Parts: sequence; structure tokens; C-alpha cells
Amino acid sequence: MIGGLFIYNHKGEVLISRVYRDDIGRNAVDAFRVNVIHARQQVRSPVTNIARTSFFHVKRSNIWLAAVTKQNVNAAMVFEFLYKMCDVMTAYFGKISEENIKNNFVLIYELLDEILDFGYPQNSETGALKTFITQQGIKGQTKEEQSQITSQVTGQIGWRREGIKYRRNELFLDVLESVNLLMSPQGQVLSAHVSGRVVMKSYLSGMPECKFGMNDKIVIDKQGKGAASDDAGKSDLGGGSSGKQSIAIDDCTFHQCVRLSKFDSERSISFIPPDGEYELMRYRTTKDIILPFRVIPLVREVGRTKLEVKVVIKSNFKPSLLAQKIEVRIPTPLNTSGVQVICMKGKAKYKASENAIVWKIKRMAGMKESQISAEIELLPTNDKKKWARPPISMNFEVPFAPSGLKVRYLKVFESKLNYSDHDVIKWVRYIGRSGIYETRC
Amino acid sequence: MTEVNQGRRQKAITAPTTPVTENRQFGSKMTDSKYFTTTKKGEIFELKAELNSDKKEKKKEAVKKVIASMTVGKDVSALFPDVVNCMQTDNLELKKLVYLYLMNYAKSQPDMAIMAVNTFVKDCEDPNPLIRALAVRTMGCIRVDKITEYLCEPLRKCLKDEDPYVRKTAAVCVAKLHDINAQLVEDQGFLDTLKDLISDSNPMVVANAVAALSEIAESHPNSNLLDLNPQTINKLLTALNECTEWGQIFILDCLANYTPRDDRESQSICERVTPRLSHANSAVVLSAVKVLMKFMEMLPKDLDYYGTLLKKLAPPLVTLLSAEPELQYVALRNINLIVQRRPEILKHEMKVFFVKYNDPIYVKLEKLDIMIRLASQANIAQVLAELKEYATEVDVDFVRKAVRAIGRCAIKVEQSAERCVSTLLDLIQTKVNYVVQEAIVVIKDIFRKYPNKYESVIATLCENLDSLDEPEARAAMIWIVGEYAERIDNADELLESFLEGFHDESTQVQLQLLTAIVKLFLKKPTETQELVQQVLSLATQDSDNPDLRDRGYIYWRLLSTDPVAAKEVVLAEKPLISEETDLIEPTLLEELICHIGTLASVYHKPPSAFVEGSRGVQHKRLPGSAGSGESVESPDTGSAAGVSEAPPAVIPSQGDLLGDLLNLDLTPPTTTGPPPPPASSGMQMGAMDLLGGGLDSLLGGDLGGGPAMGTGFGAPPAAMPASFNVPVSGGLDDLFDLGGGVGMPMGAFNPPKTVWLPAMKAKGLEISGTFVRRAGVIQMEMTLTNKAMSVMTDFAIQFNRNSFGLAPAGPLQVLTPLSPNQSIEAALPLSTVGPVMKMEPLNNLQVAVKNNIDVFYFSCQYPISMLFAEDGKMERQVFLATWKDIPNDNESQFQIKDCHLNSDAASNKLQGSNIFTIAKRTVEGQDMLYQSMKLTNGIWVLAELRVQAGNPNYTISLKCRAPEVSQCVFQNYEMVLKN
Repeated sequence: MIGGLFIYNHKGEVLISRVYRDDIGRNAVDAFRVNVIHARQQVRSPVTNIARTSFFHVKRSNIWLAAVTKQNVNAAMVFEFLYKMCDVMTAYFGKISEENIKNNFVLIYELLDEILDFGYPQNSETGALKTFITQQGIKGQTKEEQSQITSQVTGQIGWRREGIKYRRNELFLDVLESVNLLMSPQGQVLSAHVSGRVVMKSYLSGMPECKFGMNDKIVIDKQGKGAASDDAGKSDLGGGSSGKQSIAIDDCTFHQCVRLSKFDSERSISFIPPDGEYELMRYRTTKDIILPFRVIPLVREVGRTKLEVKVVIKSNFKPSLLAQKIEVRIPTPLNTSGVQVICMKGKAKYKASENAIVWKIKRMAGMKESQISAEIELLPTNDKKKWARPPISMNFEVPFAPSGLKVRYLKVFESKLNYSDHDVIKWVRYIGRSGIYETRC
Repeated sequence: MTEVNQGRRQKAITAPTTPVTENRQFGSKMTDSKYFTTTKKGEIFELKAELNSDKKEKKKEAVKKVIASMTVGKDVSALFPDVVNCMQTDNLELKKLVYLYLMNYAKSQPDMAIMAVNTFVKDCEDPNPLIRALAVRTMGCIRVDKITEYLCEPLRKCLKDEDPYVRKTAAVCVAKLHDINAQLVEDQGFLDTLKDLISDSNPMVVANAVAALSEIAESHPNSNLLDLNPQTINKLLTALNECTEWGQIFILDCLANYTPRDDRESQSICERVTPRLSHANSAVVLSAVKVLMKFMEMLPKDLDYYGTLLKKLAPPLVTLLSAEPELQYVALRNINLIVQRRPEILKHEMKVFFVKYNDPIYVKLEKLDIMIRLASQANIAQVLAELKEYATEVDVDFVRKAVRAIGRCAIKVEQSAERCVSTLLDLIQTKVNYVVQEAIVVIKDIFRKYPNKYESVIATLCENLDSLDEPEARAAMIWIVGEYAERIDNADELLESFLEGFHDESTQVQLQLLTAIVKLFLKKPTETQELVQQVLSLATQDSDNPDLRDRGYIYWRLLSTDPVAAKEVVLAEKPLISEETDLIEPTLLEELICHIGTLASVYHKPPSAFVEGSRGVQHKRLPGSAGSGESVESPDTGSAAGVSEAPPAVIPSQGDLLGDLLNLDLTPPTTTGPPPPPASSGMQMGAMDLLGGGLDSLLGGDLGGGPAMGTGFGAPPAAMPASFNVPVSGGLDDLFDLGGGVGMPMGAFNPPKTVWLPAMKAKGLEISGTFVRRAGVIQMEMTLTNKAMSVMTDFAIQFNRNSFGLAPAGPLQVLTPLSPNQSIEAALPLSTVGPVMKMEPLNNLQVAVKNNIDVFYFSCQYPISMLFAEDGKMERQVFLATWKDIPNDNESQFQIKDCHLNSDAASNKLQGSNIFTIAKRTVEGQDMLYQSMKLTNGIWVLAELRVQAGNPNYTISLKCRAPEVSQCVFQNYEMVLKN
């Protein structure tokens, strides 16, 4: 199991050092600094073995977190734990920075004592931790409160405490998708996939039982025709842009509150949600993706000292919808000496430091087209190596889900309290963002 | 959809930073960072004063400063008593800080630490469960014997505490205590209590108990501590649905150690584990994959469920690739293993392994590996297009690997070879130095796989000769020039250009150059005589490198004695290289599959390679497949499992007793190029004058002469090629047998071959063997079997010093590379003039065998009759005198039971093993046989064998000046007489 956990600043000074096992000595602290933080080479592996000691490391802004062990630990677990540790710290004191860590070092030690026992990760749900790891101490608790805390920390529903009350029961669902594309210069899709997340914010009283439904192909097909046509009428309101009725989900993963065995047998998603914001599910689709933009590049080499570039972008969604924050990044060779750009819409600039022309458009409606052309002057070089022509990449945000996913329902049942599903105010929002959206040229 | 309000929300969802803003106050309110800045002198003194202050706030501040100093590595142990004094407080924050200090320094101040015990014991009784748990948790971390004694009682109570939070903490505490004092834990019966916790009602208690038990069980490999049976498994599976993500990992990892009784049970566990594949925590997913991969082995392949399961595994594995980069790396290393074990799972998922422009380099390199593993005829076009893109990237390592990957594709997918070669040629045209060099190295391999197909590209390669500065690329290029010398007009000029800086080249290049020029000479003898002279003299006279000199001499002698033979040797047909040389050896792969998700799977090494102590030394294996009548894919799984049950012969560690063996030079003949010429008998005779005395030992020590020998060695060289692929010594035997005269009426008894080195322990190499003595020559006859998936070459053997100075009389002759599933017989002539060291037992022999993969060690015992000389027949008179001369103390008597031979038959049989009967006397129906034998080192053993008609029990008395051999001799009698 994890033998020790160290946090360093970018200079390699230790900010936090907590040793759990006898086989990890103080010299491990220095070994990591010398061999990884001060190493001249860029990190070649997130797991480094120095003198039979393994270091798992992640970096957040300029802070290094390293878990150390001499045993054959579950490596995936160690990294998951480090990420979780970051989440917990962020939830407690915001951004992970040297200053915040120094300011909260007592708290961090207290957390480390609680969430890692003898190197074994323990309950690390922020919701539960905040009930008893506070900076105020827990002196004032009554006996009932104490046993409530312990039963929550160890219980089946470790992520939610009892007795939550809201005057207004409300929930928010965000369907956040990132669409990834790699396209050949000829417009052939080399690979495309959507990785999506359903993020939920719940402000619900009591211990509500929720059921979430979406236009999952397997479920829709199972329900048969009658139900599907019934849904079709509703789903047009769904905020998406296509008329697709169901989507094929390649794979999905769920927050630990979701009953996985039930999903496995009935494909229904039921759960008691944590209070506040959390990620309900992640999913991935590869079929029938709506690609919001098409990039058509044209690069022509004029002699040895000039390049002519023309890039056309086409938006491919309902004309009534607006894409935002559009940015096209056209890489330029290292020996570029000057660039002239002309674009129909938005602003374009050559950024020498980034070796790219950056073209920004604030808004663009669906089914439109825009174009940029640039002349790139090159310095003559005797470098034998050809310019690698990195792909043209794009960023954008669109108000629909490129996978076609739609939320069909989210039902809330709380039998003990006197509010019903109809009393809950529900909001849904779809945001599609570019992930790695590249077109080779 | 009506239940949910539609449309875009503006105000409804605020930024995700809300919880952060509420907590910022922490930062602004408390500026703990100031504690980090105190570096004044006299600091310790000041802190001491503050710690003893009456004001609670001041105390707390002081303790914080102490902890901050501790963190940055300052020694604040001097404050121990003052800090411990602060322990008795009802301020929990302060208490925790003091505990933290205690955990760090208690070990260095054990006497002081005792001061804390009372508070701990008291806290363990506190009404607040959080405080009870805190006390027991901290106490377990204080590794001081005196404290652990006091820990037992509170721990016992806490294990049965009414509060689950306390119980789950106590469960881990048992593991802590076990780490400090294992005996104490056993004596106090904590292990049983811990086992009971597996049935606890609270899932988290179950999970922690499982984790603690698994850890304790690891240091007691055979304790059967985690007595997994269907009932406990059922409990674990129930808890699996309810506990935290971490608990699920502990339980799944534990489950993976269980071996279901049959395929039914296996399937039902798999069914209950599959839902975990949808968990958001990647570690839960990977641990579930491990359980499934392992238990799948037991499912019959024709089962519908088997197919379903295979399909279910792919999507979660792909999803792991959208995790954070560090986890992607862990996932990719594991996928690499999974793809090797079960390629069908991901065969359609090639695209997800395409490299993204901004993937970290470690992710890129791993993806590339998997792409090659998944490359097939169906997707090769796509793969090649990608690889070509990668070859133009920035990172040098990545580019090199991409170029190499193109070559591997060519070798793996035959239909693509042509396209790969043309892609490589395009890359060579870029003239980027390292790309060109890498391309040449892989093109050499392509030539080895498809000879006489792509030689048209040689011209292009030759153009780039000057730009090659890396040894591997230079060696590859030289090999190409030598191999195809007849088609390259100016081959001699090209090679000559390399010769100029011969001594500055690396060994690899020098060896290659030597071989290439010899090849050239054999192909174009007229123009290149001078060149070959030059290289031979450079190699033999001016070089310090023994490998180079040896190879030089061998060529020289070959060329000067028999050019025809030289041609046979140097220009011999090479075996085609195999396509899967980079696969992990199957037994290791199986073990690694059992370790999916762990460090072992990241390093691709068994835990014993990087974990110290007893932990992780156990080798895990996949369960054998159940279900009748289907001989599933891995027949070696079963056999490997069987073999490992009988561990005796293999020397477990490369420990000290093998010290000097390890220092021996085991370097085999160098890799590339043709195998070195075998020491064929005729050649050696011819070369005798050159090699000097060295050869004598090669032919076995006491090979004094004998009439057959002359004719044997006189055999015309033309006969050589015939015996070429037969182990040389085998050929020698035939010659001696022809010569006759030495042969015995019954022939010597040779024990059957036994397995000396099981494949399990030697990365797929199995060696079985026996010893024979024929006509005065001792031989070790071995069968080498390759149970791995890659070709084995470069065999070499070496003995440790042993009782009778046995040593190989020549190199181990395994001429052709050993392909997977192939066996080869090798006979190694032994001499008895090697270094001597007394072994226990006396006839024990420790052997090291090396091949291109690794060095392996085993030990075996030879029958002592191997050492009985042919001239062991004593004169009667001498026998009598000697018998009397040897003191009676040296006489030992043994019984040989159940032997049904009469005395003549026995005598005859024994003579076959050079045990000679000198006289026979019959007294009262009892035959007395007087026998003598002589060991190679000159020790005489005298024997009296009493055989009574009708009595199957013989009595034997042995007399010898070195009585320690008697036991061995007796064993030998028994063996010979009973076989």
C-alpha cells in the first residue's frame, strides 16, 4: 500500500510529508526531488522507480504530489487517490497552490490522517469529510450527531447525510460534451468520438430516490414502438439539433451513488444523489456524431520562401442555434518571417510566439460558412528537416449535445417527506465543446 | 419531455466555484504559512517556552510551528516531552497535531513515548467514537514495543466496538500491529477476530478487514489465512455492491486470488463482478478486469457467456483512455498485457490508440506499442498512414519508435511488407539523421524476414552510408553490405571505408565488419584477399577484445584449413526471424495478468523483481481451464502449473553460494551474423597446432588415445557438413562405438532423463538431462525445449566448482536457434580437471545456462559411476593388501533390498559401470563378491558384496580412504542393480 505522501513546490521544497509505512525513510523525500523534480529531462513516466522505491506523481499547476511505496500496490488506485486528494483539497480551500497549501497545512495533515490509514484509502467524499473535519473542532457535537457522522462515513450512502432540508426543491442537469475529431486533409474522418458528462446539482430534501432516463438506444429499443413514438413528440423540445431518436452509447461509467447492478440488469439509472454538485455519469459515443464544424484547409507552397494558406470553416447545425468562442489555430512553420491575413469574419492574428495564426470568431449561426486566407513569408533555411505541418485545430462551444444525447426524465421520489416529483423544479442544459478537434493539412 | 424545464438557463447554474468561495475564508482567516518562515537561531528554546505556556492558543500555535519544522526536515525531537505534555487536551485539533508529532518521533525516544500511553488508553474509552478511533489509529502507528504491549487490550475492545467507524479503524490497526510484531498478533488471537469482521454488517468494515487480511496473508504465503470459500466469497460479493470505491478495490483484488471450483462458480462470480466495469473509478474497473480475465480461463470457450464477457470487456478498457494521462498510462501498460493474452478483445478498437498531438510522451510511446500489437491485414493501411505521420513529429524517441514500428508491421503483416518498405524509403529521403539510421536498422530485419525480395533498395541505403553515426545503424548497414556483397559492385570499397577507423568503432560494429569482410572474401575471393588479411590481423593482433580476437582466429583458421567448410559455416542459411520476438514470455505474461492494475503490470516485471522481503515473492498463476474435452489455447499453462509443484532442483536465488558462478564469463558468441563455426572434430585436429593445448580439454580430459581415435579424427573434411547440425560429441561417440573394444557386455546403466530446469523458472526454457559415460568420456546429455514464444539463441553453459572438478570440455553446441515448441538434443563432453570444491551432497552439480533471454541456474546430481575409470580393476594381491591397509573405521555397511539378481548377473551388470569383480567366494550358500573401482581423481573404493541365494537383500561393505564417498557409491550400487 501507499507508504508515504509528499507534496512539493516547483523548487522541490517539501510542503507536506506524511509517512505511513516504516519502509519509507526521509531519504525518499530527497530522492524524488533529485531524480524527478530536478531532472533535466521531461517526465518520461508518471511512475518512477528509484532504488526499489516507486514514486507515483501528478502535478497540479506548479505543485507536485507524490505517493511513495515499496510494495506491489494497485497503481490505478494510487493515481485515483491522488486525484481524489486534489479534489478534496480544492473543495476545502480552492486552488492548489503553494500559498494555499502552506496556509492550510494543519488541515491537510488532518485530512491525510483521515482519508489514508496505513496507506489504505478510506472514505474521501468531501460531503462526508466536511461533517467532521473542520477547522472548528468537533467538541460541540451531541452523541446523536457523532453517531450520525460515523454511520455516514462508514455507511452504504457515504456521500449524503440525513436530515437535509430545502425550502425549494430544485435540481440542475448539465449535459457537457466534448467532441473530438481527427480529419484527413481530404475531409475523411479518421477518428471521431464524443466524451460526455452529466453533471448534476441537487438541492433536494431528505433522502430522495432518483431515476434518470435518456435516449439510450438499448432502452428505447426495449420499450418497443409505442413508447418510442410517445417520446418522439416530447424530445423535439429537447434542445438538441437533430431529430435522432436514440443514440448508441459505447460505454458509460457512473458516480458511486448509482446502483451498478441495477444498471447491468435493467439498464436503469437509479440513485440517491449527493447534495450539491457532482458528476453523475460519463459516457462515450462514436456513432452518428454531429460534427458542428467542418474545416477545409488548402496549403500551397509558392517557391521556397512563401506559403499560401486558405481555410474555410462551415457550421453544420440548425440555423437557429449559435456557436460561441470559435477559435481556429493554423500552425505556421518555424522560419516564418511575416504573415498577411484576410478574414471575412472575426479577427485573425499571427502569434509568432505560438507559431500559429489564431483566428477568433465570437458567434456563428448554423449552416454558415466563413473563410480566411493568409500569405506566409518564410526565411530561407538550410534545415534539412521538413516542416511537420501540425494539424489545424479548432475550439468552440455549441448549445447542443453533438452525440445526440437527450435527457428524457429525471424522477424524484422521497416517500418520507411531503414533496412529490412534480414539486421539484428541474433544469437541463446542453453544452457541446470542442475536445481535440483537428484537421490535418 | 415535460418534467424538466427546457431551454438555456442563465442564472440557474452559477459557476462551479461556489463551494470554493465559501471556503476561501479558511485561507484568509488563518495564515498558517507563517509557520514555515521561522528560521531564527534559538528557535527551539523559544518553542519550548511557548509549548509550556498557560494559554491554550499559544500552545496550539507552538505545536503548529513544531509540525511545520518537522515537515521541512528539521530535527525537533528535542521538544518531545514538551509536546507530549500538550496531549491531554479536549481540543481535538491540538490532539491530532500532537499525535502527528508522536508518530514521527516516538521511535527515536521510546522511553518518553511511554508518557503518552495513558492518554491513549483513556482515549480508547472516550464516549466519542471519533476519538476512540483516532486513538487506536494513532497507537498503531507508534512503532515502540512498550506501547504495542498496551495496545492489545484497547484494540481488542475496538474490534468489537458498537460503532462501525471504530471497527473499520481497528481492522486496519491489526495489520499495523502485525507489521511491528507478527507473533503478538497471532498469540492474541487478533487474526480470528479479523476473520470474523468479514461477516460484519457494515460494508466498510468488511472492506478494511479484507485489506488487512490480504496484507497479512502476503507475508504468510501458506497460512491459508484468507480461507476463501464459496460462503466468504458470497459475503464479499454482497459487500462489493455497498462499500466505497476504495473498499471495492480491496475486495476485487482479494477476489482475484480465489480459484473457483468449477466453471459454474466462475461464471456466477463473473456475472456479479461485471457491473463494476461501469464504475467511475478506473482502479475499480481495472481490478474488475483482473478478476474477469483470470476467471475467464475457467470458462469453456463454446459457452455463450464466454463470448458475451469478451464483448463486455472492450468498452470499459477503451473508456480508461479518456481518464487523466497518468491513469491512461497505467491503463495502456495493462492493455498491452491484455492484448497479448486475448487479442480478440480489442481487435476492432485500433483507432482509439491513435496518438493525439498533445498526449504526454509516455502515453504516446505506449499507444504505439499497442498499435503494433493490434496491426493486422484488415487495418494495416490505416496504421501505416498514422505511423508515417508520427515519424515527422518532434520527440526523437517517439519518432524512432514510430520508424521501428513500421518495420515491425512489415514483419508482422506479410501483405504490408512492400508498402512498409516504400514508406521507409520515403522516410530515408527526409535525410533526418536519426530517422535514416532507425530505418536502416529495421530494413535489415525486413531482409532477414523476406530474403531476396527487397534488395533493390540497397542502392538507396548505400547513399546514406556517411550519415550513419550510431553503432546499431552502422552494424546493420555493414551486415547488409556483407550479406549482399555479390550484388553491390563496390562492396569492397564500402567496407574498406569502415575499416579505416576500425579501432574507434564499437565492438558491435567491429564484429559485424569482420564477418562482413569474410563473407565478401568468400563471395569474391580474387579481389578481396588483401582486405580480408587486413581485417583478420586487425581483429586478432591489434585488438584487446577477446570476443573479437576469438572470432578473428576462428575465421582465420577456417579459411586457411578448409575454404569449403568456411563457406558452409559463414554463408550458412540463416533462419528467418520470427515476427513475435517482442512478446512477453508466456509464463511471465500469465503472472502479470494476475497482477493487472498493480505496479507489476506497469513495470511488466514480476513483483519479486522490485519488492523487497517476503512480500510478493509468491508467483501467481492463472487457473487451468476447466470444462472437459477442450484442449484450450495454452497447453503449457497446465504443464507449467504441474511442474512448479516439484521445485527441488532449481536453485531459488542467485544467492551467495553461487557467488563465484556469477562472476564467470558466460558471454555467448556475439549475436548478429552467422552462428560461430562449430568445433567439428576434423577441424580441431587440423587446427591443433594453432590452438595449442586448449583443445585437449575440449575433447575430454582422459581421452588418452586408443586405437579408434586415429581413424576417427582422420575422417575427411568432406564428412563434416553431415555432422554439422548434430551435436559434435554425439558424432564422437559413434566413432568410438565403431572402434569397439571398449564396449561392455551389458553396457553401462544410464539413468533416464529428468527435468532439471522447469520452463516456469527459466522463462520458457526447459532442460531435462542425464549423464552418461561412454568409453571413458563423461557426457551430459540434455534436451532443451523452448516453451516460450520467442526464438532462443546464444546458449552457453558453465558449472560451479564441484567435488570432482567436473567442467564442460567444450562449449555447449546448440547450433540452430531454438524455435518455440522445438526441442533439441545437446551432449556436452565433460572433463574432470576443473576447479574442485566439496559439495553437499558430494555428487551435486550447480549449473548455469545462458541464452539470449537470461541466465538460469539449476542443480542436479550425477551418478558417481560417471567417475569410475575403465582401469579400475585391481590386482588380487593389491586388493587384499589395500583392504587390510584401510582402517576399519573407514568401512561402512549398507543393505540393498529387493534385488533379485544372482551374483553373476549382478557382477555383470556392475561391470558395465566400471565396477570390477576381482574375486568370488562362496561360503555356506552365500556368494561374496570382491570388487574395486577407481574414481577419476585416483581414489580407490573397495567393496564386498554378499549375495545369498533366495534372499533378496544384499549386504555391501565399502572401504575407502575417503569414506565420504561411500554413501554415494552405495546409492550407485542400488541404482545400477535395480535397473
